[in-house]
Amino acid sequence: MRPANQHQKFVVHLETAAAWLLAFLWILPLIYAFWSAFHPPEYATKFELFAPLSLENFREAWSQAPFARYFLNTFILVTTILIAQFILCTLAAYAFARFEFPGKSIAFALVLMQLMIMPEVLIVENYVTMSKLNLVDTITGIGLPYMASAFGIFLLRQTFKTIPKDLEDAAKVEGCSPLQILWKVYVPLARPTYVAYGLVSVSYHWNNFLWPLVITNSVNTRPMTVGLAIFGAPESGVDWSIITAGTLLAVAPLLVAFLLFQRQFVQSFMHAGIK
Amino acid sequence: MSRRLSQSHIYGWLLLMPAVIFLIAFTYYPTVATLAKSFFSQGTALKPAEFVGLENFQYMLEDDIFWKVARNNVVYAIGTIPISIALAILMAVWVNGRLPLKSLARMSYFTPTILPMIAVANIWLFFYTPDIGLLDQVSAKFGFAGHNWLGDPDTVLGCIIVITIWKEAGFFMIFYLAALQTLPPELEEAARIEGASRWYYFRRVMFPLLMPTTLFVLINAMINSFKLVDQLFILTKGGPDNASSLLLYYIYEVAFSFLDQAYASTLTVVLLVTLALIAIGQFVFLDKKVHYQ
Repeated sequence: MRPANQHQKFVVHLETAAAWLLAFLWILPLIYAFWSAFHPPEYATKFELFAPLSLENFREAWSQAPFARYFLNTFILVTTILIAQFILCTLAAYAFARFEFPGKSIAFALVLMQLMIMPEVLIVENYVTMSKLNLVDTITGIGLPYMASAFGIFLLRQTFKTIPKDLEDAAKVEGCSPLQILWKVYVPLARPTYVAYGLVSVSYHWNNFLWPLVITNSVNTRPMTVGLAIFGAPESGVDWSIITAGTLLAVAPLLVAFLLFQRQFVQSFMHAGIK
Repeated sequence: MSRRLSQSHIYGWLLLMPAVIFLIAFTYYPTVATLAKSFFSQGTALKPAEFVGLENFQYMLEDDIFWKVARNNVVYAIGTIPISIALAILMAVWVNGRLPLKSLARMSYFTPTILPMIAVANIWLFFYTPDIGLLDQVSAKFGFAGHNWLGDPDTVLGCIIVITIWKEAGFFMIFYLAALQTLPPELEEAARIEGASRWYYFRRVMFPLLMPTTLFVLINAMINSFKLVDQLFILTKGGPDNASSLLLYYIYEVAFSFLDQAYASTLTVVLLVTLALIAIGQFVFLDKKVHYQ
C-alpha cells in the first residue's frame, strides 16, 4: 500500500472516531437521564455498572406533580393549535396559490413578516390582549397567537403551486365550487406536506415554554413544559433522580414517537426546511 | 372576464380573511401597540399613562442592565452561531457519507431537537452542578478542582452557549443533509479522479454549493439567538447578577416580575428592530429565489 493511501485511511478512521465521539456527547444527557431515573437516588452521581434498577423515582415523580393533567393540557393544546392551523393556513395558502386579487403581494409580504416577528417576541402586548379578551389562564389563550402560522401558509402555498392546474380545471368542468376543489383536489394531494407540517408543529408546541408560562397560572391549563419547570425548580426541593424521572415522563411521548418514526420525523423537518 | 376576475377577488380575500384577522390581532396590532406604548409612561391606578416622548428610551440608554443584557446577547449569538453551523455541516457530511451505523449517529445528533429545552435544561443542570456534577467528576479525574460553573459570572454564559449549540446543531444538520442529497455524486467522483483531497473538495466545491443553505441556517440561527431563552428559567434565572441574562429574558422579567410594561415595551422595540434588521439583511444577502419563490 502506498503511504498516501495509508494516510487517507488514517484520516477516514480519525473522522469516524470523531463522528462517534460527537454522537456520544450528543446523546449523553439522555443516557444520563435514563441512568439517574432508573436507579435509586444514591446512584444519581455514582456510576457503578451493577447498581440496582428501580422504578421508584417514576412513582415518586408521578405522585408529586399532576403529570396526568399536564399531559392532558398539552394534548388539548397541541391538537387545538394543529386543527386551527390546518384550517387557517389551508384557506390562506389556497388564496395565495390560485387566486388573483388586489393587494395580494403586499398581503403575502405581511404574512412572511411573521416568520421574523414570532409570538414569543410579543409576549408583553399579547398578554394585554388576552386579559382584555378574558382568556388569561385558558388553553385557548395559549394557542391563539400561533394559529395563523406564516410558516404553514408559506409551506402549503408552495405545495399547492406545484399541483397541475388541469386537475382543477377538470373539477371545475364537473361543477365543483372553489371550496370543493380545495377539499377534493388540493388537500388530498398535499398530504405529505400536511404530515410534515403537522410533525413540526406538534414538536414545536409540545416543547414551547415562554408564552405558556406567561399566560397560564393554574394546574388546569399549564402544559407539560411549564409544569415540569415548576416541578424541577430548586425551590421545590425535589431530588435529582426524581427530577430526571419526571423529565423523562414529560418527554416520553414525543421521544417514543420519534424513535418509532425516526425517518418520517427527519424527512418532515427536511421537507419543511427546504421549501 | 371582468366578472370572473372580481369573483376571484372576492374568493381570494374571503379565503385569506380568517388568517388575516388572526395575524392582525396577534402580530401586527401588538407590534404597533408595543411601539406606541414605548412612548408612554407606565400607568398606575392613580396616575394614568401619559405621553413621555423618548423618556423610556433615555432611561434604557442609562440602564446598566440593558447594556449588560445586550452585550450578553451579542456574545451568545457569536458564541452559538458559527460553532453550531460548523458542527451541523460536519454532522451532515458524516451522516451522508460512509460512516458505519450512520442512522444511529443521525438519531443521536437529531434527538436534542425534539426534546423540550426545559426538560434538557433539567439534565444539563446536573452536569454543571459543582463537585458532584458530571463535568466536575470528569475534571476531578484530571486533577482539577470543582467549579461552580453556573454561579461564576465568567463561566455562566459559556455554559448557556454550550447547551444551545447542543440543542441546535442537529436541527441545522437536517437542512445540510437535505442540501447534500441534491448534490450530484459525479462531483465527488470527478474530484477524486482528479486527485483532489477531501478537504480541497469540501472547501472548493461542497461548501460553495451549500452557501444558500448556510445563509438560510444563519438567518434561523440569528433569530434563535434572540428567541431561545427557555434554558435560563431552569439554569440561572439570568444570574448571577444578570451575567447570563438575554434580551428576551430581561423583557420577561421587566414585564412580569417588575410589572413595568412601558419599559418592557421599550425593550421589545429594540428586539423588534433587531429582528427587522435581520430580515432586511436576509432580503439583501439571501438569494430570494432559493427559498422564497
